Amino acid sequence: MKFLRRFFIRLSNLVTGHSADQRLQDEIAEHLAFQTEENLRSGMSRAEARRQAAIKLGPAQAIREGHHAEQSLPFFENLLFDLRYAVRMLLKSPGFSFIAIATMALGIGATTAIYSVIDATLLHPLPYPNPAELVRIQDDLSGVGAENVGISVPEWRDLESSGIFQSVSVSGTGADVNLTGSEQPERLSYKHVTPNYFAVLGVDAQLGRTFDPHDATPGFNLEAVISDELWRREFGADPHIVGKALRLDNDVYHVVGVMPRGFRDLGATDEERKTETWLAAGMAGLPFPPPLRGSRIQSRVMGRLKPGLSIAAAQGHLDALVESLKKQYPAEYPAQAAWTVRLSPLSESVVGSVRQSLIMLFSAVALVLLISCVNVANLLLARASVRGREVAVRQALGAQRTRLIRQFLTESLLLFLLGGIAGFAILFSTRKFLLALIPESLPHLSDISINWGVLVFALAVSVAAGTIFGLAPAWLMSRSDLIGTLRQEGRGSIGSLGRSRARQILVVSELALSLVLMVAAGLLLRSFWDLFKVQPGFNPDRVMAIQTWLPGPNDPSADIYRTATQEAVLVREILRRSRTLPGVEEASVGDVAALPLGHSQPNPLPLIREGIETMDNEAPVIDGPLVSPEYFHLLGMPLLRGRLFSDQDLEDTPQVAVINQSAARTYWPTQDPLGKRVRLRLDSREPSSSAKPAWTMIVGVIADARTESLADLAIPQIYRSVYQRPTKTLTIFLRGQLNPTTISAHVREQVQSIDPELPVFHAQTLDDVLSTSLSVRRFSMEMVALFAATALLLAGLGIYGTISYVVNEQRREIAIRLALGAQRNNILKMVLRRGLGLAAAGAGLGLAGALVVSHLMTGLLFGVSPTDLPTFAGVTLVLTTVALAASYIPALRAMRLDPVTTLHSD
Amino acid sequence: MKEKPDVLQGTLALMVLKTLDVLGPQHGWGIARRIEQISGDLLALNQGTLYPLLLKLEHEGSIASEWGSSENNRRARFYRLTPAGRKQLQAETREWEQTAAIIARFFKLKAEDLS
Repeated sequence: MKFLRRFFIRLSNLVTGHSADQRLQDEIAEHLAFQTEENLRSGMSRAEARRQAAIKLGPAQAIREGHHAEQSLPFFENLLFDLRYAVRMLLKSPGFSFIAIATMALGIGATTAIYSVIDATLLHPLPYPNPAELVRIQDDLSGVGAENVGISVPEWRDLESSGIFQSVSVSGTGADVNLTGSEQPERLSYKHVTPNYFAVLGVDAQLGRTFDPHDATPGFNLEAVISDELWRREFGADPHIVGKALRLDNDVYHVVGVMPRGFRDLGATDEERKTETWLAAGMAGLPFPPPLRGSRIQSRVMGRLKPGLSIAAAQGHLDALVESLKKQYPAEYPAQAAWTVRLSPLSESVVGSVRQSLIMLFSAVALVLLISCVNVANLLLARASVRGREVAVRQALGAQRTRLIRQFLTESLLLFLLGGIAGFAILFSTRKFLLALIPESLPHLSDISINWGVLVFALAVSVAAGTIFGLAPAWLMSRSDLIGTLRQEGRGSIGSLGRSRARQILVVSELALSLVLMVAAGLLLRSFWDLFKVQPGFNPDRVMAIQTWLPGPNDPSADIYRTATQEAVLVREILRRSRTLPGVEEASVGDVAALPLGHSQPNPLPLIREGIETMDNEAPVIDGPLVSPEYFHLLGMPLLRGRLFSDQDLEDTPQVAVINQSAARTYWPTQDPLGKRVRLRLDSREPSSSAKPAWTMIVGVIADARTESLADLAIPQIYRSVYQRPTKTLTIFLRGQLNPTTISAHVREQVQSIDPELPVFHAQTLDDVLSTSLSVRRFSMEMVALFAATALLLAGLGIYGTISYVVNEQRREIAIRLALGAQRNNILKMVLRRGLGLAAAGAGLGLAGALVVSHLMTGLLFGVSPTDLPTFAGVTLVLTTVALAASYIPALRAMRLDPVTTLHSD
Repeated sequence: MKEKPDVLQGTLALMVLKTLDVLGPQHGWGIARRIEQISGDLLALNQGTLYPLLLKLEHEGSIASEWGSSENNRRARFYRLTPAGRKQLQAETREWEQTAAIIARFFKLKAEDLS
């Protein structure tokens, strides 16, 4: 207690600048007066009385100093002194301070910016309580090469009662539904979920309730939970919303709750995360297929593990469960299918797609930070040579080495901290502008914010960098040769050997690091360019895609578009009317999966080949877009063999399909696929009565196109006719001289004159779709290129500074050489050789590093090898050129040195 | 001349407290003189060291001070014991007595007492 109290008194003395020194002095003076008087009384002379009094008192000055040390905190006091001194030094050389602070602001600002993105995505991927307990559950049939085949209802119940999970929920991947009854039919994204969905996530409603987790209704229970945004937009934040009706696809649901503001659904796509309505269903009754072990529902399965159970341990229990189920139901789980259930952290599935890009960006920006730190360390060392005398004088006066290091460290810390604060301030004030640069397809875009955590990060980075990169210069500065420096009188010091070696090491590492960054940027640029230039296999020119959505009520008999025949009437009418629109040359329709590169909800179908697969469970999965016959011509996808669909392939004629080359290669490697028959299981929204659909015959093979991903040519596709199979997602494709601003309204007018309940939305040109599909790549390529340019600039400055310094140090030597008749050209060459030597060393090291880095980023490259010679050679050339150019200025200065003035001035 | 013993660490504070307890409010020089008198000039005291000690005791709350004027009309700072100081004095007196008693018993000890 006493200790604490004294500490606080000391601290307050320090802060208030208050000192008891004056009082002590007064009292000592009083004391001396008393004693002198006493001595006088005892008969001493005045002088003697004073002397005796002083002797009796003891050493007053030492007492005062001892008292002062005890009254304050020397550590903080020295720190204050150092800080004051550091500020003075910064103000004394504003040019140096500005460059150093600006460099650090650049490095720390850029790092902090990328960190704020990572903070929102990789570090906090799941905005739910106890996110570590949440896992994704995926069923694989590895024996037949099928992944993520979905779960069946009995399996879901097995998982629920397994004791491994607190709860397991099954949900759809999100789809669209028409909200009718409001002014304009609106398309909402909804998701059907098991009633325990919100219980698994651990989030409750802000108004009303979420679903009852124990609700056992087999089909849809007609309850709806809506998002805060929908509540505000459509219902004007009506506080009495609970219990109100919601007409979705002509079915009436009742709102039971409103989720809190900011609640975000899971999902790999932005659209899925913007889900606005959740509908509860047991997934076991209509419109779902009957709950058999064999009928897997295409779905997302998510579980919350029992507290304290690790994923590895849970996987162990789960494997045992799977084994026992396989024994129990040998018919449903044949050994050759090798059914497995895999757990993975839920966060993986959210950010998995961009993790690699973000980690690469962060590494790139960390390199920029490193380079800027090295640059500032270099500047500090350069200043050391100017301050050599100051250091020597202070040492001569008795300053300890640790004290000097501490002071230099304070100076560099101040520089770095100011740089960090400046960087953060710039970031904060430009955040709106910067956020606009981030592609919209990045998950959690809306969560990116410049918050306290980010500020703490910026400060922590500044302090860490300041300590690490300030320590070496401080160490070298404090090691000056005392006598040598002082003897040189006014000449400034010839820096110690260690110091100039340190500077060269720093410059070489700067050059090496920037080479690594430039190689990375070069490779990404080439990948991006190749992707941009790649032949997509379809022709997106002058094509627009406009979407609509047909309602799908839960009761099939109420669905006016239940069969393909019913839907064909609508489709033909839409096509007929579309062709009359201004500028339209061709029109076609497809489902959402037929929209090249733009569909985010792949709905793979099991592919059961006649005579090869005998069970649904064992089938590989394949993408199966539904299109109208004109689709292939409109997109310019050439037929290679057989025939395309015609308008005569209808629901009641034999089912036909067209596959792409890649499907032919993958599934009929040794046979001719034409005439082969396959079975594709029904979509889950269809009644289960026709669980065994008729065989579909393959009638044609078209060329491969990059419709799934520009980077991937060979993804098997099986196309069927929209006239033979109904779909709820209709995309209208139009080619011609279209006006993108009016076409949407024209199409809406035409579609709604056929059926006023249909929404028309999301008109986009295929060129836009294409460029959006590259947005994350473009973003990371641009960022890395920007970082590489920054790095090159910093490295150029670094080498310029170092060569200038070398020239300055050697100016006497150069002057003597010149005086003795050396050719000026030789002087130029000598200096340039110095720069070239540094550049060569940096390039050598950098190339080695770049090889490692380029192999690490293989996954991000397209069409370019990680050891691409032109990139490596080009980048090395650029770096060498910059290094030479940066050395050229000081070299010229050296060449033009006037020997007479130089030798006289020193 | 024999060296006078230095004031034992910590004992000076006790002496100051006791002096103020017995004599009431005193100024610094007065305290110093009393301590010297009482210890019978056997103690070598750098009188200057007294003042940091007085400040420290005041910080700790054992004594309080204010400016006043001395008997011969000199301005001086007068120190007095606070209730907390009085408590501290009592506690430390007990401790001293205990310590002294223990030491005394050790000094009385003879070899035969232990056999």
